[in-house]
Amino acid sequence: MLRVEGLCSGYGRIQALHGVDIHVAKGEIVTLVGANGAGKTTLLMTICGNPRASAGKVLLDGEDITRLPTHLIMRKGLAHSPEGRRVFPRMTVLENLQMGAALGDPRHFDQDLERTLALFPRLKERLNQRGGTLSGGEQQMLAIARALMSRPQVLLLDEPSLGLAPLVVRHIFEIIAAINRDHGVTIFLVEQNAFHALKLAHRGYVMVNGKVALSGTGAELLANPEIRAHYLDGGVS
Amino acid sequence: MTAALRDALLAGFVAAAMALPILGFRLVDSANGLSLAGRFDLVAWSAAIVFCGRLAVKLVLPALPRLPAPPAAFGNLRQIAGWGMAGFALVLPFLPFADRNLVDKATLVLIYVMLGWGLNIVVGLAGLLDLGFVAFYAVGAYSYALLSQTFGLSFWVCLPLAGVFAAGFGILLGFPVLRLRGDYIAIVTMGLGEIIRVILQNWQDVTGGPNGISGIERPSLFGLSFKAVPPEGQRSFAEVVGLDFSADHRVIFLYFLILVLALATNLFTLRIRRLPVGRAWEALREDEIACRSLGINPTTVKLSAFALGAMFAGFAGSFFATRQGFISPESFTFHESAVILAIVVLGGMGSQIGIVLAALLLVGLPEWFRELQQFRMLAFGGAMVLIMLWKPSGLLSHREPTIRLGETR
Repeated sequence: MLRVEGLCSGYGRIQALHGVDIHVAKGEIVTLVGANGAGKTTLLMTICGNPRASAGKVLLDGEDITRLPTHLIMRKGLAHSPEGRRVFPRMTVLENLQMGAALGDPRHFDQDLERTLALFPRLKERLNQRGGTLSGGEQQMLAIARALMSRPQVLLLDEPSLGLAPLVVRHIFEIIAAINRDHGVTIFLVEQNAFHALKLAHRGYVMVNGKVALSGTGAELLANPEIRAHYLDGGVS
Repeated sequence: MTAALRDALLAGFVAAAMALPILGFRLVDSANGLSLAGRFDLVAWSAAIVFCGRLAVKLVLPALPRLPAPPAAFGNLRQIAGWGMAGFALVLPFLPFADRNLVDKATLVLIYVMLGWGLNIVVGLAGLLDLGFVAFYAVGAYSYALLSQTFGLSFWVCLPLAGVFAAGFGILLGFPVLRLRGDYIAIVTMGLGEIIRVILQNWQDVTGGPNGISGIERPSLFGLSFKAVPPEGQRSFAEVVGLDFSADHRVIFLYFLILVLALATNLFTLRIRRLPVGRAWEALREDEIACRSLGINPTTVKLSAFALGAMFAGFAGSFFATRQGFISPESFTFHESAVILAIVVLGGMGSQIGIVLAALLLVGLPEWFRELQQFRMLAFGGAMVLIMLWKPSGLLSHREPTIRLGETR
């Protein structure tokens, strides 16, 4: 579905990714974990075409999308819920969701809205409330819901657990699992919260200094003593 | 208390420092040439006034009872107020106290309301701080004047053309701005606005340079002229309607013309906010990165905002040219851009009614207070300071959602 081959990218003269290879098959949840500054967000942003890849390829369904402008990449069935949520603060929840469907066929809107709100009943109660007045967890739900409104085949999630209480994190991860299971959306999840992410994912990659250091199934990586030492022990359980 | 006192003392000191070179000295013509005389009492007075004012702001303002929160039906109330204002504007020329002077001033205010609504698309909705808006106003005015004088086209043919030209310039000037953000947009647009004015000033062969263009054709109403002696082949309005000729007819006609143009601008803005492109403008103002991640192309969205805002300025410009009958680069200085922007900002970015109120305040008040003569600008400045103290985010800064639950299907 989504394949990244030898991807290099960076900001100005600073190179952040040094030849990353990642593969996400249709219907999978694949997670990418790693420390701060490992290049996780840069990888997602480079897949979306901003910043541009300096070398390597991004393939979506076999089609090379590396050189496409961002807004065209996003029309290929890819949706991105950006780091830090980035909901439109002065627009209502409903307007935010409409923005997510901006490129879709307007005839699908009601159906998509219903489907999305069924996943996020909390948002249904707050449709006329402004995005900026929602709690952090609700904003995260809104960001994911907004991304879903474009009927994506692949959903890119950038740190959905950022700054949320453990209980809310668990709830959001349950929803992510449901999106994958019930709606057949392929999910590529970038996370710091390695424990939750690896438990949820079918497969995982570990990124260190702009390179993939390890990969395997979620259970394998969870059991890996090196990973336990670096990302799990002493952290959340 | 001590903090307020210290703050007020500082403000008084700054006022004194500024007043000293401006007010403190005066050239006196004496027997042996010019000499300097001090006027330190004025400096002391201005410092004292600023001190008291600042103290009052610090001590009295927080003690005042807060305005009650707007009721839940406030959105409705605003709609009623909007209709009320439109109704009042419709009957204004026929009210007993409305003389020619008043209608003329109301026309001027309406020009600025329309310009404000046009700029609101760019600044209020799309969030691009445009300091050169007057350039498009000028393009509209000169388009009409030149087309009418060179090709003898009528106002009604030129009006859409002027809009198209201005929109074209909007796209042209929009390109260099696209890569910029925030304050940098302001600087570049300001420069572009000045470039247009300088071109108008110096391209003598076409624009007449600083002499401007005079004798611009007045508009007719469906072929009915408003002149005392209608030109060959035309009938005059007064004759057809059966009134005695009066020069007031044209003033009232122009008033209604700009009223219709302005209301059309408003209607357009209200409608387009509900369309994907209008919502994309607002989303772009809120968060450009999020917009891109949703597959929106910021380039086209920004250009469309620039072009449409410019188009309305072009309409307003050709109206201005036909009303004045004379245009010159003098009318399109940076000061105009600043006033229009002030109207949008003071009105509360994005609020349509707020812009009407701000235009009344910023354009209407100085006109009505002409009797105050040199103190006019003092009243203007005072009004600005009061608004910023009382409503720092503009007169009406509440944003109306474009859609509510229940309207979705």
